[in-house]
Amino acid sequence: MPEALAFESAPSVVQTQRLQQRLHANKRAYTRRSLLLILPLLVLLVAGFMTPIGSLLTKSVENPEVANALPNTLKLLNSWDGTTLPAESVFNTLGQELRTARAQGQLFALNRRLGYESASLRSLPTAILSRLPADGSPVRDTLINDVPALGDIKTWATLKQLGKPYTSLYWLAAFDLKMDAGQVRAVAPDKALYVDVLKRSLTIAALVTVLCVLLGYPLAYWLSRQPARRANLLLILVLLPFWTSLIVRTASWIVLLQSGGLINNSLIDLGILDKPLQLVFNRAGVLISMTHILLPFLILPLYAVMKGIDSRYERAAISLGAHPYTAFRRVYLPQTYAGVTAGALLVFIMAIGYYITPALLGGPGDQMLSYFVAYYTNTTINWGMATALGGQLLIIVLLLYWVYARISRPANRAA
Amino acid sequence: MKHVEPLEIRLLRPLLSVYSLALLMFLIIPILVIIPLSFNAGSFLSYPLSGFSLRWYHEFFNSNDWMPALLNSLKIAPAATLLATVLGTLASVGLSRGEFRGKALIMAVMISPMVAPVVIVAVGMYFFFASWGLLNSYLGLVIAHAVLGVPFVVITVNATLQGYDRNYTRAAASLGATPWYGFKRVTLPLIAPGVLSGALFAFATSFDEVVVTLFLASPTQRTLPMQMFAGIKENLNPTIAAAATMMVLCALLLLLAMEVLRRRTERLRGAKTE
Amino acid sequence: MLKRLSALIVLAAFGGHVNAQPLTVVSFGGLNKDAQEKAFYKPFTAAGNGPVQAGEYNGEMAKIRAMVETGNVSWDVVEVESPDLIRGCAEGMFEPLDWSKLGDAGKFVSGAVNECGAGIFLWSTNLTYNNAKLKSAPKGWEAFWDTKTFPGKRGLRKSAKFTLEIALLADGVKPAELYQVLGTPEGVDRAFKKLDQIKPDIQWWEAGAQPLQWLVAGDVVMTSAYNGRVSAAQAEGHDFKMVWNHSLYDIDSWAIVKGSPNKALGEKFIAFANEPQHQKVFAENIPYGPTNKDTLALIDVKTREQLPTAPANLENALQVNTSFWIDHGEELEQRFNAWAAR
Repeated sequence: MPEALAFESAPSVVQTQRLQQRLHANKRAYTRRSLLLILPLLVLLVAGFMTPIGSLLTKSVENPEVANALPNTLKLLNSWDGTTLPAESVFNTLGQELRTARAQGQLFALNRRLGYESASLRSLPTAILSRLPADGSPVRDTLINDVPALGDIKTWATLKQLGKPYTSLYWLAAFDLKMDAGQVRAVAPDKALYVDVLKRSLTIAALVTVLCVLLGYPLAYWLSRQPARRANLLLILVLLPFWTSLIVRTASWIVLLQSGGLINNSLIDLGILDKPLQLVFNRAGVLISMTHILLPFLILPLYAVMKGIDSRYERAAISLGAHPYTAFRRVYLPQTYAGVTAGALLVFIMAIGYYITPALLGGPGDQMLSYFVAYYTNTTINWGMATALGGQLLIIVLLLYWVYARISRPANRAA
Repeated sequence: MKHVEPLEIRLLRPLLSVYSLALLMFLIIPILVIIPLSFNAGSFLSYPLSGFSLRWYHEFFNSNDWMPALLNSLKIAPAATLLATVLGTLASVGLSRGEFRGKALIMAVMISPMVAPVVIVAVGMYFFFASWGLLNSYLGLVIAHAVLGVPFVVITVNATLQGYDRNYTRAAASLGATPWYGFKRVTLPLIAPGVLSGALFAFATSFDEVVVTLFLASPTQRTLPMQMFAGIKENLNPTIAAAATMMVLCALLLLLAMEVLRRRTERLRGAKTE
Repeated sequence: MLKRLSALIVLAAFGGHVNAQPLTVVSFGGLNKDAQEKAFYKPFTAAGNGPVQAGEYNGEMAKIRAMVETGNVSWDVVEVESPDLIRGCAEGMFEPLDWSKLGDAGKFVSGAVNECGAGIFLWSTNLTYNNAKLKSAPKGWEAFWDTKTFPGKRGLRKSAKFTLEIALLADGVKPAELYQVLGTPEGVDRAFKKLDQIKPDIQWWEAGAQPLQWLVAGDVVMTSAYNGRVSAAQAEGHDFKMVWNHSLYDIDSWAIVKGSPNKALGEKFIAFANEPQHQKVFAENIPYGPTNKDTLALIDVKTREQLPTAPANLENALQVNTSFWIDHGEELEQRFNAWAAR
């Protein structure tokens, strides 16, 4: 141990160097042992989490549909000059490859991918297939005549563009943008959605976090000042909701908040209201239930921190003449910062990824990013869009964590 | 104490008590509300009750869905908790042993399962686990749930370790304790509350996980939350309330038992020192 | 070494159900699954075909797709909605079926016989209202927009599909021309404009249990709902009424997941479920319309009148156009989502 090294009254240069070397070696061995303790968990997380997520995130820029269905057409288009319509061989290959794609079940994916580019492109393969002359006969003139889009150089340029292995389509769409003739533009206002959803997710998560801190702090403080026996019994009231399934708590908030629910009925019976209040399937319902569900995540760590604070410091401050309020603010409060920021971070991060509660208690204007990730994953199977929106969420959270690390580090050093 | 409290502080104290009790009510009422509904004779989950009946408990114990689901949850959650708690505690202790390069990064990696949108985790794991043959298996679910529980263990244990004075470890070492002995007899008892609450978080996470389970499990591994989710989506009837009531009761008994146990050890310890 | 050995033991203990698989049938849950249990699973097992492992899902194609792409198929037979069936079939997610093994294709209602699917039942989305709460009876979707005569919230399924059709029907578009109108940009604008009129009064549902729950609790005065669930609520004693005029119907089908190790057994199951005597039990448990035309004759008159396939009910009904939604679904759903969130 470095501390155990004895000091000599006047160490020589050589001795100092040796000492330093031993110290370094000692420190390295110590660090190695620390890393060894961390290793098993790291292996679990890298294998069971990082790799799966990483391999999935690549899906948000992948662009395999056209390249898979029309490899030879794309190869020919590579040497195409781009100013005149392609030659017979290109038309011929395209026709043959579309036939193969139809036989192999790739046509649907191809159509979908073309449809993301423009609605008119979506039906192109089907139109070509229905006009394609029998094998062996020349196809170029027939197709240009029967499928006008193929007579347009732009169509071919788009096709060539779509053959690239990567695309920014989904990431742009996640910010309500699109690529239009080589330029990034905003999508039509009646289709813009995700910037709003992003803002909304941040707002809801922030509101829930603030509510949890404001509501939870005094309670945690009060609990930490109760005699141990009573505090432990009261803590059960916090732990019990925490242990109850999220789904059950969501269901019971529906029972409480709906128009014919307990709260409205009681208020009407008491004569306070004459018409039921709309408390559910709107923002209010989402905020109430999410605050309720996430409160224990703030109270419990905060309580643990407050329990560990030595109240003698505060008492000392008071006995030295500080007003109790000043003592609380200057002595007690700073000691709880670590607990508050950790708890708030936990709540915010969990809140921003919430899916089930807003889905069951919110209206369409209260759905958060996760809802759309689930929607694109499950309902429309647009995994590019799902992973781009998920990646957006991931980046926000990483940024937040980075800020948190920045803020909390100096405090740790000082402590 | 000689010091005289200012008036506003004396007024604030009862106010704080009233507020705190009210907030505790807010926390507990939604849990209590669900209990009477489990005895509803009608098949909808809303008040007023249309009569008293035990039919939903009968349904719970006699259906082919609920009992196997409960058993599956009881298989998966403890295994996942154990894995997450052991690895998470070791790693937190390792992290707390001073500064080294990449520490912040490692910490970020450990927290990351909590921050990733659960849907993404689910799909990512689905593809990856499939290639390892872990799909539709208990082992796959245990690993997945452990991964999701790890951040809670790391965060709580880490928080406790921040208040832990490393001089205790040094003292133990200087008195000749091996690192393991020192950890077991000195560090662990001191950080035990953090470890325990981390384990509880991990258990609750596993016991309450729906989305990842929906992807990774086949009907053979259907868990209790999966069954509840199916219930709330497709057939919102009071069987959920019956299940919830029993779960709340179990949790309550467990928490009370732990409290009694804790008091007993406290008494014993107190008697020893006297 | 020891570790690896113990890992293997753990693997064997947890993952040891690879052999001797029972047939896994996954369908939409709730009352629907309960009825299938009685009508199909139990009799199939009783007929000596081994146990049926029943599961439920919400029509998430993602899971099936991931299974097929990774070659790790653990579901054998699934219940799917029409657009998913056609799309999945084109994408190679389902096995093509050999109809010579499944029964006489000529005996099925139109839309029930597909390359990859066999229709299970015909279900309908109807205007449903709480008779006790309304002074007069609504006659069709026009009443949905009449917030003066029928004040209160209305429930609709949160999807462009059904909602846009309902808006156009309420706006006076004839069922025969509906998809023609909806196929034009003007038609889509017209539907959204119509929806704008009652947007604040709509409460959107996503799962079939929700609208009835809301009717019971008094959150909505009228709603769209699946006819089978309404009948079940009526049987519980709730005074709910359905309007069959301009109801929308579609077919749910059985399909076999591509690469299922139990394909032969799966086809046997589908053939079993196609038989009229089994479809009869299903319809008696939940009044969805049987796809096998021979079934109707076996069902008593009272139940028959509740089915969407009863001639009186089918007369003014509209079949949801599957190919329209395959072509335009994604675009319209995107616009619907943006509209609803605003």
